[in-house]
Amino acid sequence: MSIILQHRKNILITAALLIAFAVAGAALVGLTFTQTKDDIKYNEKLTLLRKLNNIIPADAYGNDLLLDTISLKPNRLLGTKENSLAYRARKDDNDIAIVLSSIAPNGYNGPIHMLVGIYNNGQLAGVRVIKHRETPGLGDAVSVSHSNWILGFNNKSLSNPDSNRWKVKRDGGDFDQFTGATITPRAVVKAIHNTLLYFQQNQTMLFSKPDTVSNKPENTQ
Amino acid sequence: MTETTTQATAAKFTEQVTTSGKSGLWTNNVALVQLLGLCPLLAVTGTIINGLGLGIATLITLVLSNSIVSLIRPWLKSEIRIPIFVLIIASIVTTIELVMNAWFHELYLVLGIFIPLIVTNCSIIARAEAFASKNNLVDSALDGFMMGLGFTLVLIVLGGMRELIGFGTLFANAQLMFGDIGHSMTITLSEDYPGFLLAVLPPGAFIGLGLLIALKNIIDKQQSARQVITVQSKTPITN
Repeated sequence: MSIILQHRKNILITAALLIAFAVAGAALVGLTFTQTKDDIKYNEKLTLLRKLNNIIPADAYGNDLLLDTISLKPNRLLGTKENSLAYRARKDDNDIAIVLSSIAPNGYNGPIHMLVGIYNNGQLAGVRVIKHRETPGLGDAVSVSHSNWILGFNNKSLSNPDSNRWKVKRDGGDFDQFTGATITPRAVVKAIHNTLLYFQQNQTMLFSKPDTVSNKPENTQ
Repeated sequence: MTETTTQATAAKFTEQVTTSGKSGLWTNNVALVQLLGLCPLLAVTGTIINGLGLGIATLITLVLSNSIVSLIRPWLKSEIRIPIFVLIIASIVTTIELVMNAWFHELYLVLGIFIPLIVTNCSIIARAEAFASKNNLVDSALDGFMMGLGFTLVLIVLGGMRELIGFGTLFANAQLMFGDIGHSMTITLSEDYPGFLLAVLPPGAFIGLGLLIALKNIIDKQQSARQVITVQSKTPITN
């Protein structure tokens, strides 16, 4: 009898120990989380804002880009499969520019995620690749940290060059391909062109004031 | 009387530092001899700074987990020691991840998923089980520090090799870790270096680590050849 009791006691102690350690571990993580939460949120905001300011210079607009957003439904021209957020730059009630998320679905190694900034007049403010899995040393030249190629899109628009010249040089267009990599730049050029088309078709909706937005912002992250 | 005791303690401590240093940095090096934690090791060593960042995070994890495990030794029951180790290590790593995200955000963005992956670095649980659960606090913390240092040094050397051969630079992106001073730390060997892709890709990591292990074995062999005349039985530890 006493042996069974002893066993029971042992099991209880063991379980209590395990619970104690679990609680202590969770407490440590919880405490750190509450202490760092605000800093992390601030950092993420700052990182996003820095990305956006690389496309639209901070002195070109006067509003808070991160607050003046519109949620866009998935669209074939944007290549998006989920709702995406667009950031709008305004100054003294004038629409300046918008930054759209665009995905080139046909990269060499899967989709290429981009931020495309377009001025009110339809000219490109700038394009940045934010996520890709292209081959290092070849296709990754679309990323601004590896080459200046992507900066060549600045100030281009649907009429500059003409629509049939919105291709890489090998396909008879205006844009350079990379040595040994044509698929990646081809996908990017096409996606940017499509984004410009989307902007042309939806300009009024894109710049509509937050209170007149017709499509519900279901995904406001 | 007290002076001699202090001296004796100091001498003992120095000896401990030498022993665990030798073990952590060389004879029992986590990466070169135990071959543990290779996943993060091979994945992030594209540049020196990446290697250094992950190395320091691993070192801190090792010191903390060894210390805590050593402190709770009296209450440790052998049936539940493994889940408790796992709990401790997971909590520490999550804490480090949050702290890095808050205070070294840029570096955090680069090292990304590899910080949580420290949890899977089996060298940490191996040290907790094999060393910290049997030794006192000072020895365990020291062991964690030296093991972590050995791991970090391999990460730095491998990162340096790959960065130098792959990109022709050293200390690129140092500003992620050292702030603005880092910009002036970057050494570019040649402006128009074409780059060597193989060194940057995963195969380069394997080849580089293989070369480092081979180099270590050569040095060990030469040393034991020199010692074999005096000490017949001395052989390098290999496993």
